[in-house]
Amino acid sequence: MTAVRNGYIRPVDFKHGHIDMTHGGGGRAMAQLIDELFMRAFDNEWLRQANDQAAFAIGAGRMVMATDSHVVSPLFFPGGDIGCLSVHGTINDVAMSGAVPLYLSAGFILEEGFPLADLKRIVESMATAARDARVPVITGDTKVVERGKGDGVFITTTGVGMVPAGIAISGDAARPGDRILVSGTMGDHGVAIMSLRENLTFETTIRSDTAALHGLVAAMIAAVPGIHCLRDPTRGGLATTLNELASQSGCGMVIAEKRIPVNGQVNAACEFLGLDPLYVANEGKLVAVCPAADADALLAAMRAHPLGEDAANIGEVIDDPHHFVQMDTSFGGRRVVDWLTGEQLPRIC
Amino acid sequence: MKYIDEFRDGELARGLASAIAHEARTARSYNLMEFCGGHTHAISRYGLKDLLPPNVNMIHGPGCPVCVLPIGRIDNAIALAARPGLILCTYADTMRVPASNGTSLLKAKAQGADIRMIYSSADAVRIAQENPDREVVFFAIGFETTTPPTAVAIAQAMALALTNFSVFCNHVLTPAAISNILESKEVRELGTVPLDGFIGPAHVSTVIGSQPYEYFAEEYRRPVVIAGFEPLDVMQAILMLVRQLNEGRAEVENEFTRAVTRDGNAKAKALVAEVFELRRSFEWRGLGEVPYSALRIKTKYAAFDAEERYGITYRSVPDNKACECGAILRGIRKPTDCKVFGTVCTPENPIGSCMVSSEGACAAHYTYGRFKDTAVVVAPTPLPVAVTSAAGPPQGASCAPPGGSAAVTAPSVGAHQ
Amino acid sequence: MCLAIPARVVDLPEPGMALVDVGGVQKRISLALVDDVAPGDYVIVHVGYALTKLDPAEAQRTLETFADAGLTGQEAA
Repeated sequence: MTAVRNGYIRPVDFKHGHIDMTHGGGGRAMAQLIDELFMRAFDNEWLRQANDQAAFAIGAGRMVMATDSHVVSPLFFPGGDIGCLSVHGTINDVAMSGAVPLYLSAGFILEEGFPLADLKRIVESMATAARDARVPVITGDTKVVERGKGDGVFITTTGVGMVPAGIAISGDAARPGDRILVSGTMGDHGVAIMSLRENLTFETTIRSDTAALHGLVAAMIAAVPGIHCLRDPTRGGLATTLNELASQSGCGMVIAEKRIPVNGQVNAACEFLGLDPLYVANEGKLVAVCPAADADALLAAMRAHPLGEDAANIGEVIDDPHHFVQMDTSFGGRRVVDWLTGEQLPRIC
Repeated sequence: MKYIDEFRDGELARGLASAIAHEARTARSYNLMEFCGGHTHAISRYGLKDLLPPNVNMIHGPGCPVCVLPIGRIDNAIALAARPGLILCTYADTMRVPASNGTSLLKAKAQGADIRMIYSSADAVRIAQENPDREVVFFAIGFETTTPPTAVAIAQAMALALTNFSVFCNHVLTPAAISNILESKEVRELGTVPLDGFIGPAHVSTVIGSQPYEYFAEEYRRPVVIAGFEPLDVMQAILMLVRQLNEGRAEVENEFTRAVTRDGNAKAKALVAEVFELRRSFEWRGLGEVPYSALRIKTKYAAFDAEERYGITYRSVPDNKACECGAILRGIRKPTDCKVFGTVCTPENPIGSCMVSSEGACAAHYTYGRFKDTAVVVAPTPLPVAVTSAAGPPQGASCAPPGGSAAVTAPSVGAHQ
Repeated sequence: MCLAIPARVVDLPEPGMALVDVGGVQKRISLALVDDVAPGDYVIVHVGYALTKLDPAEAQRTLETFADAGLTGQEAA
């Protein structure tokens, strides 16, 4: 039962209410929504100060900042929702530099008519994700757009973090001879989302893998400070990420299909829809490139962490002026794993 | 996955590769066309070329219904979708095919047309039932595998007495396309295209059976082996074709016995015959007009025929002059023979039918095989239409140099471990 | 063309429909094009329809053919 604050006539109706233009107007309705939902859910010393900004002190060192906008549809899916996805996504972007994520901000664009029950569910999911990750949301913003001008809710999160001394992780740091590792099964998130799309539903539930990876990254850096690259293979999947790294680093890669972990159900769903798991989005996995000598230690550190249990060493970086990513198929032949052309769509042919 | 994984076994693959290498006589070449786009895809995806001896050449045929769908028909579909209130239901494959004026179904959708991707024709019927005051059109494409599902949808619509549902029919026929290739001047008279045998389509054959191919084997004296969809099936079929050619036989053999019989699926065939009839002629992108190669909806079901309902007129749109798809579809040229392959024409910006879907010969080679060409420019990021870099004309040599990759100094992680 | 996969029939929830399973993923598909399908059978599924039943004996025979061809090839190699 929500308590009514001084000055408000009645509590926000989170069961049956909807967003309307007053919630973005800057007046009492907006203040009440922010108070009863956002402040209450995220609740920390910064938000309690009720300023338009949050001040914090950090030590000397290299800072990292990352931002991500989230427009996923459907908003709710097995394994998560747009809320926790937006928290994990930005934490992960910060973490891929080797930085320890420290603070988040969250901006919401809400469509007039959006159910408050859904908004509450999303915000509470974000708050839980932020608390579990120990990365507070310390400032935010809310705007409302007219009906028809937004997809329910768009969320933008920005994160800042601090890179420990001596860490230099970057997409252009891969070198011939390095090994390529992945932290777990590929394709879970994208298949979970796609299988919820109208006309593609399965009777079986495939869950998104959305997760905050900074704990895993910290364990990896502790074991192998000399990691060259880290990236999370989100849109476009593993194939796109490997092509990006190859291109940035000016080398090629060779991976082995049979070493790439793919969940059996994800594999089967891809067969049904004519998708290739290599191109399907992940939201709780990362790719690491490290010197060959460190590969075993890194793999062990990953496997020891709950988010890296299925980690695998899938290939190596090679010298290649074309920057191709090649794959030895489990069948025995070799082929190129190219960049994705547009969004991968199911096919009948 | 049962009946899938076993047919992808690497050990068995090596065994079959040895068998083919052993039985293929070095004194001759074996030029085999895999008609079906799904086979093209399997060959590319599993790197089958690596496992074949250099004198066994795979030629990619026109068995990709998206590839051979003329631009003009996509224009028709886009025009339908632009009609106010109309819902166009389509398989996802057609969404990105470029139509006239730089548009596509995907772009039309972005501009507000109600275009819905569906998995099954049954979804289109359901959408019609759920939206009784909207017109619903199902954009039907595909070979004989996909035609029975459309027939079921039309029969259902009739049984439900739907008044807001129709089908824009673009179903095409496999035997007609094979005839067209074999009748082409280069094959028949000039003999310049050595086309020794065919790998017959897997799933089309589950419907039509193996019997329709007997005509080709007899009339054109070329063996046909119907192959299943998995890479081991394809390799076994290649072995069977090599044997037939060595023994001077020209028969129809069935490798896909677990799903194909001589007569096929009588129930499906009957339903198709009930709903559809032959068109006298139909344009295939890349092949031109092909007689008796496509189906239209019978008058009895005219209420469900979008062409009747909306008075659709077809305008043929020619392909870019530089496009070599017509020759490539007939096996006369290879992707690397085309001046625009890999430069202007890429999967991001397909100029012709062979690049349009991932099973077209050019798309398959670009996506999976071009790392073996030495002179093709690689475009890692989407190119605008103008060529931004050049590296000399693509070589006219065969797609893959014998043995392995010459272009890349990779440690041989093992095509033959 | 014609992406189709072998699927195991798990259940017949209503006339003309089957619940099939591929590698643990289940989907409802139409049986309008095939007759006499029972749970335990395998069917080839394309765009939400079963096109034909798969013959397990023939499948086994085909796998054996692959293996035999391989043996001959290796002996000769």
